[in-house]
Amino acid sequence: MTISRFRTTIYIVAAIVSLAGLADATYLTVQALTGETLGCGGSPDCFKVLGSSYARIAGIPVASFGVLAYFSVFTFATFAAFGYAHARIVLIPTIGAMFLATLWFLYVQAFLLHAYCRYCLFSAATTFLLTGLVIALPPGRDRSAS
Amino acid sequence: MKRYLPFVIVALVALATIGSGAMLYRAKRPHVLSIPGDKTLAGKSDAESAHIRGNPEAPVTLEEYGDFQCPPCGMFAAFLGQLEKEYDSRLRVVFRNFPLKAHEHAREAAIAAEAAGLQGRFWEMHDVLYREQDTWSKAPNVRELFESYAGTIGLDLDKFKKDMDGEQAKARVDTDRQRGESLGIQITPTLFINNQPVDQKDRNPEGIRAEINAALQQKPQA
Repeated sequence: MTISRFRTTIYIVAAIVSLAGLADATYLTVQALTGETLGCGGSPDCFKVLGSSYARIAGIPVASFGVLAYFSVFTFATFAAFGYAHARIVLIPTIGAMFLATLWFLYVQAFLLHAYCRYCLFSAATTFLLTGLVIALPPGRDRSAS
Repeated sequence: MKRYLPFVIVALVALATIGSGAMLYRAKRPHVLSIPGDKTLAGKSDAESAHIRGNPEAPVTLEEYGDFQCPPCGMFAAFLGQLEKEYDSRLRVVFRNFPLKAHEHAREAAIAAEAAGLQGRFWEMHDVLYREQDTWSKAPNVRELFESYAGTIGLDLDKFKKDMDGEQAKARVDTDRQRGESLGIQITPTLFINNQPVDQKDRNPEGIRAEINAALQQKPQA
């Protein structure tokens, strides 16, 4: 496999992984907007996390920022897979910011709330996977589609 | 064509996300009723009003005196959801608190529901308290759990905490209980259909349906 093809494969995998994160974040956003509680059924930890003050910023569910972030990653990864060099430039800092946000949310769950939410852990795993993928990207310039 | 393909893919995913989000939102949003979900039956004072759900003009009113920590009430709450779907606009449900002293956290749960009611989310809290009854009934710190439920259903947490400690929610619970006591209620759930008590032997799905059907025949919808 050539370096270029390997890079394209990584972008495609990142796009697919980001779809999983997008689905998770969309579900959590809808849950927060409707006040629906079935998704946490039987898990007091889930309620503690999703019902905490850390789950919203100025009344906006943090999951909605996740939707934007995962959709951005999907967009940039898709364009990067098609050879758009600029997409790669923005993909890496986007995932970097998500990685830092994930570290913060894990800290909040572990040390402030002492409770974990399965949806949040899934999102964390997705972001870690995306981080691993961009780290695995071979150095060098992408060919440009334009 | 390949040049436009990423735009097409991204647009399709955006549409799919918005579409599925909207569908999920429609499916999960609180059931839209003919009246706001937390409308109250008028009483002599605010504390004497009761929470009702359903069509205000419904020919049948099912009134429940319930205790959030009582397991039969929890089972009845699940059945009540079915009944509301089944009878739709022909049935309205009234809930009154009757926390039994034997249940350690029942009064606090009733206060939590009333505190949620002060923000217009009584029924959402009612539903989650019954659904999660097994969990919080055994919890050492129920207050923390009730606050997490309040946050999850979208309440203003600071106001909820204040209302939990305030007099208004407590007064509503006490008024309901006194009203129940004056009716001679001793157990929960105690049900009334169009102000007629449901007999102990009829407190099962078939019996309740039969009582509702009988009430419907006596008072057909206009």
